[in-house]
Amino acid sequence: MASREDIALMSHLMRRAGFGASRDEIEQMCEQGYEVTVEQLLNPTGPPVDEYDLYRHHPITEVPGGAAAPGQAAWLYFMATTQRPLEEKMTLFWHHVFATGNAKVDNCFHIMDQIAMFRSQGMGSYRDLLKGLAADPAMIYWLDNNENHKHAPNENWGRELLELFSLGVGNYTEKDVFECSRAFTGWTLDAKMPRYPYGRFPWKFVFRPEDHDYSEKTFLGQTGNFNGEDIIEIVLQQEACSKFIARHLYNFFVADEPQVPAWNIEEPRNPEAVEMMAKILVENDYEIKPVLRAMFNSDFFKEALNQKVKSPVEVVIGTLRGTGDLTGSDPKLEALGKEPGYLGQDILDPPSVEGWHTGREWINSGSLVKRVNFVSDRVSDTSLPGVQRMVEHVGNNGATMSAEELVDRCLDIMGPVEVSDLTKHELVSNVESGGKIELGGESFSQRTSETFALIAATREFQFG
Amino acid sequence: MAGNGKPPVLVILQLTGGNDYFNTLIPYNDGNYYDMRPSLQVPQDRVLKLDDTLGMHPAMGPMKEIYDSGDMAIIHGIGYANSPRSHFRSMDIWHTCEPDTVGTEGWLGRALREIDPKGENPVTGVNVDQALPRALVAPGVSVASVADLSTYGLLTSIEQEDQRNQMLQRFANMYGPAVGTGQVMEYLGQTGLDALKGADILKVAPEQYSSSVEYGSSPIAKKLKDIAQIHTADVGTRVFYTSHGSFDTHAAQAALHAGLWTEVSEAVADFWDDLREHDADQNVIMFMFSEFGRRVRDNGSGTDHGAAGAAFAIGPSIKGGMYSEYPQTRPEALEQGDLVPNQDYRGVYSTILEDWLHLEAAPIVNGQFEAPAFIGA
Repeated sequence: MASREDIALMSHLMRRAGFGASRDEIEQMCEQGYEVTVEQLLNPTGPPVDEYDLYRHHPITEVPGGAAAPGQAAWLYFMATTQRPLEEKMTLFWHHVFATGNAKVDNCFHIMDQIAMFRSQGMGSYRDLLKGLAADPAMIYWLDNNENHKHAPNENWGRELLELFSLGVGNYTEKDVFECSRAFTGWTLDAKMPRYPYGRFPWKFVFRPEDHDYSEKTFLGQTGNFNGEDIIEIVLQQEACSKFIARHLYNFFVADEPQVPAWNIEEPRNPEAVEMMAKILVENDYEIKPVLRAMFNSDFFKEALNQKVKSPVEVVIGTLRGTGDLTGSDPKLEALGKEPGYLGQDILDPPSVEGWHTGREWINSGSLVKRVNFVSDRVSDTSLPGVQRMVEHVGNNGATMSAEELVDRCLDIMGPVEVSDLTKHELVSNVESGGKIELGGESFSQRTSETFALIAATREFQFG
Repeated sequence: MAGNGKPPVLVILQLTGGNDYFNTLIPYNDGNYYDMRPSLQVPQDRVLKLDDTLGMHPAMGPMKEIYDSGDMAIIHGIGYANSPRSHFRSMDIWHTCEPDTVGTEGWLGRALREIDPKGENPVTGVNVDQALPRALVAPGVSVASVADLSTYGLLTSIEQEDQRNQMLQRFANMYGPAVGTGQVMEYLGQTGLDALKGADILKVAPEQYSSSVEYGSSPIAKKLKDIAQIHTADVGTRVFYTSHGSFDTHAAQAALHAGLWTEVSEAVADFWDDLREHDADQNVIMFMFSEFGRRVRDNGSGTDHGAAGAAFAIGPSIKGGMYSEYPQTRPEALEQGDLVPNQDYRGVYSTILEDWLHLEAAPIVNGQFEAPAFIGA
């Protein structure tokens, strides 16, 4: 039998490196051990998501078009059903970092291509990802590199590559932005015809030598006839680059940092951890897997239980997985695809290239109502298979149960969630007011699931 | 303060999908109209004539009555240069006032921050829809999103009312002051109490409301009725937002467009009747817009994405009439086959902000724009 601490730690790992797991899964993982589980996450052997099932039941997700909704439904399906959770979590991580939005791209299928790239290469080489992005049609259009010409450079991509995708503010000059942009002239889209009157057609990356500025550039202290790939190599040589990516990983997986634009002003909350991760990135030539391994096995990760406000995607997917509220043929998939947006995280359509503001900024009085209701609606629904299993776990031993025991077990199965004395008191009082607890039967299910709903509404549950 | 001594209230009705301007306000004496709308022309005798040149679509009877009463401003040729003809991008531009870059703050989010800088009333802004439009988003601004007023609130899955009330009391206790638990926990505590307070405030609205107006059964009728209930409950809401659609009529437009305008016109007229019955209309204006107009030449059964559109402002404080000009309809005057905007939407926002909400417009709409004077009847 796994100890309470082991269960808590494994649940923490699975919330961060995935989207949570059922208690049965957690117990099985505890049996095989923490480090073995980390290796399984890093080297997934589970089958990929069954796209056939998705398209068979939800053909709209395959209809090419501009709107984000079909893509959001498709990605939600991947996240909610994947047996390779870290792969999908890293896909979400890179979408946070390289935030590309359909509000401008208006061609969701190319954003989905970008997402597929994150899925297949997200634990591979950051160098390859940057190079892939520089040639990614959705990114080129999103940051106007198709308007970046030899005789009229457009700095949008060049600037964000340095500011948001690799180095961070304060680690380059305006001159560097300009020179970087010149190096990416001619990296464009094939036949960028207007959408009207002929309708959408696929975009393709193309390098146009006649529109590329082949003259000398001086970038971050080095001078040469640089092309875009040379720029990326020079970027990777900067110490700031490894630290920037390490801090992103820390913010996403370990504990909430200030928002990205403040990073050149405010120190990381754990500078040693970021240093350590940056060093591993450099030592491994920017392979992502080694730094993930070191991070998940580190003390600072294991000590960071409940240090992060859960993102809307984590809330929605974690709840769907935990309650078993989604199967391939489910007609409500398309509606569910919009839920992260209702809670404040419109996937495939971030508010800007800076991505989402995280931590406490996920919460305001409007989004809190949606968040609490999304979870409580489901955990109080005893017709859902995952909820039935949770109720069984709560009532699986002993003949009697005090209100406090019931609350403790509910808190345990929902997280485990650590709550303040005040919260605990209210939860226990709520159970007590219903009178003596009869184990088994419908009234037990109802009181237990009602307690789940109230736990979902606590402050503490918003962290994970 | 508006006419009845109460603070001014703004209701936004977004016509989502790109409303066809050319068939909404029809230049019924213009040969170009009949030439370019071989399949979708409205016969001259069915047009609801407003003056010698323009008339409304026949499905807009109740809208015409409002116009005739002098409470409606029609703003012609509204839009901005270089329409992207993309729903998502264009809506974003309307919401953020940033046509050239991707903006993060909505214009009404900024306005709400000015109206209620300390966030004292959790229902200063109310969105009557599921998803919060970017127009209402700004850091530090909370907006209640009410998909359905009759079921709005926390823990709505708990069916038994006593039980739910008891749980909401527990919720209030749990979110009480928790000193020393850290900034984020304390922030969450305040936010939770605000959410609860907002829900409590809004719960009162349907309870207090009664009206002789019978709204139709369309979604927009229901949403405007929800807004009327909240507004007449006097809970301090200053900005309401809702939408109807989809006006994206690429095909089968004749029936679709007529149906949409029937729903909107009836609902809007009922809404104003309702406010008048409650003597709650004097401090309200309504603004209706769409993200773009549609292609001038029809495609045989519908119309494709275009540029310039029309906006409507309604209310007793509106100086009724036409503003700006109907864009040129000659084929050589069109841009990529579209009507060319001649009234920047940010100028119209400026009028609303300055003359109605009494806020400085320039920092909210990002600049100075020609602002037609349609407020102040």
